[in-house]
Amino acid sequence: MSTKVKQQYAFSRVMIYAVLISAAAVYLVPIYILLNTSLKSFEAATLRQLWVPALEPTFEPFLRAWSQLAPNFMNSIYLTIPATVISCILGSLNGYVFSKWRFRGADVLFVLVLFGMFIPYQSILIPLVQFLRSIGLYGSLGGLILTHIVYGIPITTLIFRNYYMEVPDSLLDASYIDGLGMFQAYLWIVFPISAPAFVVVIIWQFTNIWNEFLFAVTLTHRPSLQPITVALRNLAGSQIVEWNVQMAGAFLAALPTLAVFISLGKFFVRGLMAGSVKG
Amino acid sequence: MVRSKRELWKAFGLVVPSLAVISVFVYAFIAWSVRTSFSAWKGMVPDYTFVGLRNYFTVFSRQRFQIDLMNTLSFTVSFLLLCVVIGILLAWLIDRNIRGEGIFRTIYLFPMSVSFVVTGVVWRWIFNPTVGINALLRQIGLGHLAWGWYTDPTRIGIFHIALIPVIIAASWQLSGYTMAMFLAGFRGIPSELTEQARIDGAGEFFILRKIYLPMLRPITLSALIVLGHFSLKIFDLVFTMTGSGPAFATDVPAIYMFETTFRGNNYGEGAVISIVMLLMVAVVIVPYLASTFRKE
Repeated sequence: MSTKVKQQYAFSRVMIYAVLISAAAVYLVPIYILLNTSLKSFEAATLRQLWVPALEPTFEPFLRAWSQLAPNFMNSIYLTIPATVISCILGSLNGYVFSKWRFRGADVLFVLVLFGMFIPYQSILIPLVQFLRSIGLYGSLGGLILTHIVYGIPITTLIFRNYYMEVPDSLLDASYIDGLGMFQAYLWIVFPISAPAFVVVIIWQFTNIWNEFLFAVTLTHRPSLQPITVALRNLAGSQIVEWNVQMAGAFLAALPTLAVFISLGKFFVRGLMAGSVKG
Repeated sequence: MVRSKRELWKAFGLVVPSLAVISVFVYAFIAWSVRTSFSAWKGMVPDYTFVGLRNYFTVFSRQRFQIDLMNTLSFTVSFLLLCVVIGILLAWLIDRNIRGEGIFRTIYLFPMSVSFVVTGVVWRWIFNPTVGINALLRQIGLGHLAWGWYTDPTRIGIFHIALIPVIIAASWQLSGYTMAMFLAGFRGIPSELTEQARIDGAGEFFILRKIYLPMLRPITLSALIVLGHFSLKIFDLVFTMTGSGPAFATDVPAIYMFETTFRGNNYGEGAVISIVMLLMVAVVIVPYLASTFRKE
């Protein structure tokens, strides 16, 4: 390369990094505001000081937010874990059948199931409330768990189906010859190699259910039963709660999914990609 | 692959519970909502007296709903544009042996893992006219650029400028996702194509325009559909960040539906809004699903 071309190349490299780093800085602004304000005492978190760094950090806002939000944080855990586990198992079974046992009409049924993940949930919300009322689950965590299991079926089925499509049919044919039935083949051959798909689906469902708001706010009305997203919104909407405590609350609500993302990000991205269908 | 009839029936049996549940919770419930939208139900007690299209006429004649539809249009167009432009740009830059690529990707993508409620709370403060960006602008001597953000009811054409902060917040949350989709797209393009063009002396922008963008068209379509159907039903973010805004400047159908139904107990009209939302999403999603799976 000539010197001139080299200089041009170096310059364009610098420009690329400059753009990427400034973009990263912009993406981090909300996290800065969130953490910075959470670490300020009430006196330091005066209205004019949003952007000023917390010079004397204190954990007091976190403790106060936790004392208010702890029950709701626990509700979210009791809600998220069973809903995630059950929708995963259903998704795995469905995905197995829709990829390896395509009975006549299976493909059409699969697309009909898939449609369920795109609908605006408003369009089923009124009947859902009436239905849960009639079976006595309205207003309880149980009703919310059931709801998340049901509406989790399309996405979990999709991710597992796409994963099992890559499993060679010959593997199953061998088991068939060995006299294993459909379900035994799942238990002994397919399930043991499903771990990667389970990781993706568990992370995906955990994140979505933890962060969900519409079902939570319509199906639970007693504050003691509300998941953290609803409690956070009430906390942030109230005039009497200081905003360093609001921010600390927001941070607590974000922490579990953020931690999962930072530690297991690549699986999360796989879930994202699966969420965009690509048959 | 050989499959005995008996085993195929067993396989069908395995998915029957899920199919049954989906047919009730998705399809029967949608039918039930449609029925509600044609009913006189207003108040705590269900009343399915058939009133024809009355609720539809009422809802469409309400100014708030007309504003909501225009806001949805403004929001969707600007949000899609912003996400796709940022997504392509970042993916294009990242896809050239960048040191610390993983760190950049994590930073651009992490907003996706955070609840819209959290995002709403934080961005509400950032765009708060007294403490947020305005305060920063004043501190650095650019006070004349300060404005009311989501509290400003001004409208330019059909565009409420109060939507700008919401569009920024939503793009912050989802542009990283768009970037990830495009990055996968860039990586799927055989490098011989671009190498040959470089040897022939083509510039980077030329390669982007003539080779990358045409080949990224299917991914762009997927991205537009995923983001578009999301923006048509957006709720949590707007509800937490700004609510309906001044004179409904940041109102969207989802908020109107929620308030009409669960705060105002006007179930008939609430159902109408929900069905209109469903139709808007279906127009985007049904052709997409049909074309994706016809290929198989």
